[in-house]
Amino acid sequence: MNYETIIGLEIHAELKTKSKIFCGCSTQFASEPNANTCPVCLGLPGTLPVLNEEAVRLAVKAGTALNCKVNHMNKFDRKNYFYPDLPKAYQISQYDMPVCTDGAVEFECGGRQVKVRINRVHLEEDAGKLIHLEDEPYSLVDYNRAGIPLIEIVTEPDMRSPVEAVTFMRMLKSILEYCEISDCRMEQGSLRCDANISVRPAGQKEFGTKVELKNINSFRELQKALEKEEKRQIELYRFGESHKIIQETRRWDSGKGRTVSMRSKEEAHDYRYFPEPDLLPVIIDEAAVSAIKDSLPELPMEKYRRFTQEYGLSGDDADILTGDRHLSEYFESTVSEGAAPKTAANWVLGDVLRMLNESGISSSEIPVDPVRLRRLISMVEEGKISNTAGREVFREMFVNGGSPEEIVEKKGLTQISSEDAILELVRKVIAENPKSVEDYRGGKTKAMGYLVGQVMKESKGRANPSVVNELLTKELNRA
Amino acid sequence: MSGGFTRIPGKDCGFMSVCEISAGVAGGKYSASEITEMYIEKIKSMDDGIGAFLTVCEESAVAQAKALDEKIRSGKKPGRLAGVPVAVKDNICTDGIRTTCASRMLENFIPPYNATVVEKLLSEDAVIVGKTNMDEFAMGSSTENSAFRITKNPRDTTRVPGGSSGGSAAAVAAGMVPAALGSDTGGSIRQPAAFCGIVGLKPTYGLVSRYGLIAFGSSLDQIGPMTKTVEDCARMLEAIQGRDDRDSTSYMGEYQQDYAGRLGRDIRGMRIAVLKEFFTDGLDSEIASSVNESVRRLEGLGAAVDEISIPAAGDGLAAYYIISSAEASSNLARYDGIRYGYRPKEFADVDELMEKSRSEGFGAEVKRRIMLGTYALSSGYYDAYYKRAQKYRKLLRSQMAGVFEKYDLILGPASPVLPFKIGERMGDPLQMYLADVYTIIVNLAGLPAISVPCGISRDGLPIGLQLIGPHFGEAVILQAAYALEQELKLEL
Repeated sequence: MNYETIIGLEIHAELKTKSKIFCGCSTQFASEPNANTCPVCLGLPGTLPVLNEEAVRLAVKAGTALNCKVNHMNKFDRKNYFYPDLPKAYQISQYDMPVCTDGAVEFECGGRQVKVRINRVHLEEDAGKLIHLEDEPYSLVDYNRAGIPLIEIVTEPDMRSPVEAVTFMRMLKSILEYCEISDCRMEQGSLRCDANISVRPAGQKEFGTKVELKNINSFRELQKALEKEEKRQIELYRFGESHKIIQETRRWDSGKGRTVSMRSKEEAHDYRYFPEPDLLPVIIDEAAVSAIKDSLPELPMEKYRRFTQEYGLSGDDADILTGDRHLSEYFESTVSEGAAPKTAANWVLGDVLRMLNESGISSSEIPVDPVRLRRLISMVEEGKISNTAGREVFREMFVNGGSPEEIVEKKGLTQISSEDAILELVRKVIAENPKSVEDYRGGKTKAMGYLVGQVMKESKGRANPSVVNELLTKELNRA
Repeated sequence: MSGGFTRIPGKDCGFMSVCEISAGVAGGKYSASEITEMYIEKIKSMDDGIGAFLTVCEESAVAQAKALDEKIRSGKKPGRLAGVPVAVKDNICTDGIRTTCASRMLENFIPPYNATVVEKLLSEDAVIVGKTNMDEFAMGSSTENSAFRITKNPRDTTRVPGGSSGGSAAAVAAGMVPAALGSDTGGSIRQPAAFCGIVGLKPTYGLVSRYGLIAFGSSLDQIGPMTKTVEDCARMLEAIQGRDDRDSTSYMGEYQQDYAGRLGRDIRGMRIAVLKEFFTDGLDSEIASSVNESVRRLEGLGAAVDEISIPAAGDGLAAYYIISSAEASSNLARYDGIRYGYRPKEFADVDELMEKSRSEGFGAEVKRRIMLGTYALSSGYYDAYYKRAQKYRKLLRSQMAGVFEKYDLILGPASPVLPFKIGERMGDPLQMYLADVYTIIVNLAGLPAISVPCGISRDGLPIGLQLIGPHFGEAVILQAAYALEQELKLEL
């Protein structure tokens, strides 16, 4: 019997506003505990919320980027529950009239054309954070995060495998980053994801009982958690124990690599939603929506299409490049400076990415100007310097700055293509390595590579490898 | 004058008005310091017998008065309320001054900020002399629900001053301050004003900022002035009203500026509707005849009075208790013992900390309303209670708006009963709730209304008349109230 997996996601993304959603406090991450708080976000008696319009603008932007309908009138509601990190004991959220509804994102995954419908995008405030101390009988609360604006994006159950869910999340992340809606740093909690998953025997129409997974902190964990839960549910089906799948919330324990039951449906909260009387309904006129629509940048899917068609890049290369707005822009700047697209893509996906990973510098802050990269590429293509030297120059530009010409000059990396000069080195190497020469002539062609390497070494990497190859072959075969 | 009213020999401020004091201080006739000291003395000598205050801020008041005198000496123009001692209900936040809501829960709560109205009073050079007693979290109609003390009605100290702004009403009625601020969610300014024989105005929802008013029913709460005279009421309203960026429900339109300047105008041709639904079986006959007498006097002044009906008005009480309690259940959820407020000495874990904080920190009436409100919002009951109440509210609003298409004001009693004896109604919440039956529809509709003294019972107890205006119709209300006040010239 085959089983089909059904997945829907609920994503929380912190909006990139300067101040909180209902007060003027800073949204700066990693400030001193409780430094970014005021009577309003601490929910002190008598204080009132005032809506940050930038948060609404970003939510509308997210909605339009996800092809949603923007609700010209939407409103806030109170979600009531007690928890020490929630200063007012209610969260200001949107219940029955969210800012955006009915969107969709389409992509291809493993040969299947996937369309994930977006049920809604709504605005709400974040809660604070509890810090549990080991060996202490008490916990601490940091309210810096309380009142940071969030959007909650709820999808329909349209994903059919953990991989599709992760692909959707990657897609969503790059959309939110492209539009500068959120930083999407999962490790800092600015992008969070809860997953609803159920399985059903193939062909069955009704959904199986769904389980909600919480506490997922990376794409990898999302995939692992979903796979684990998928396996658990399918096994229960296989053993005829599908009734043991109950509607519940399970917490993903990444350390132990398993999910643990948190609460069942019966224990679920009654949030007693009702309209927030301290805020007026939000009215968004058509002109504002159009202005936001017009301000949307080219989105990753469109850019992907353009990169493969216009530049002839492979799907994989285009995927990695367009997955990161800054990287794709860096690539395009290099191309617009005159570099050949495929060569530029090789450099960006090779040395640029490697240096970024090595240094931990973000792709928005690549220290090498695209013009200089283009000039470096030209020097390699014109044979002025070797490929190896080119990479050395790039590293130098990345780490210490400077122009490629200066670095080539300073380090003496100009490529030697003169046959006379190279021939001299070739003869020297042949004279000094009789064993390898003998091997080669005895039919061990592998020895050739060693000899080429020796010539390159003698030239300090500056000899033009194709000239070296040509002359070495000629010399070896002559005698 | 009955009850605990005593005059200070030699140094008697009697019943000075807001206008008299501010003009006198601004003109150099009195110093702010001498006025402040006089009133502080009066509070000290009288309040043991009344119990209007929870906190007297002698030190800060004296310092404030001194600074004002300095300001005047240096030739700077003083504010509109120069040197006027004002008492503030203890659910309105005062920076550095304990603000308790008359609850154990906030017994030691000192706000690090002023309510917008307090800032406005201070910027007009009023002097904050103290914080007044109230029903806990403004829930009640007699001030007996205070966790700290009973307030007595200065007219008859065996009787309640009304509530929930009973402390403010008693302080003004006793002459311990010329003016006070109250808050009104379902009648909490107007009913105690009627019980104590003073003037109390509940402004249009949105006219006065709620920032810093500790919320009870957010969609109903309004801060308003309580004074001896209509003119003082107008002056206070001018000072405290206005757009506030910190309150999203604050009115965005034009604000009338000079209420006091328009008081003397003729009310000839004013169209007044007497609401039939107010004259029910539960109405005290002395109050009914006093209100009827006022109607005749207003007619005598040229007003055209008709009897009308607002069918929805009779069902207000149920809707009011659902909406106000629902909002209160959410507004009061933040008092969990985690960040501030009452916290038990011992608890096993965080759940017990919250449970004990709330069960020990809140009084019985507050808990009753929280439970009522929680129930009304629960899944499965929301539609039958909260949603239905909101529907009713819309209907009431439109019916009342219909009346104001033809009439300038709606008239009726402020309370169905005369001030009752202390303890008399404490065992019967429903009887207590009925004390608000004439005032709550005003809050549900967001309208402005005043309670102005209109008579004295055989036993010497004050009777209040309620005048309700259209949205932002404060000027008309004050004009009619002033005309009646001048016509009746009651010896209160």
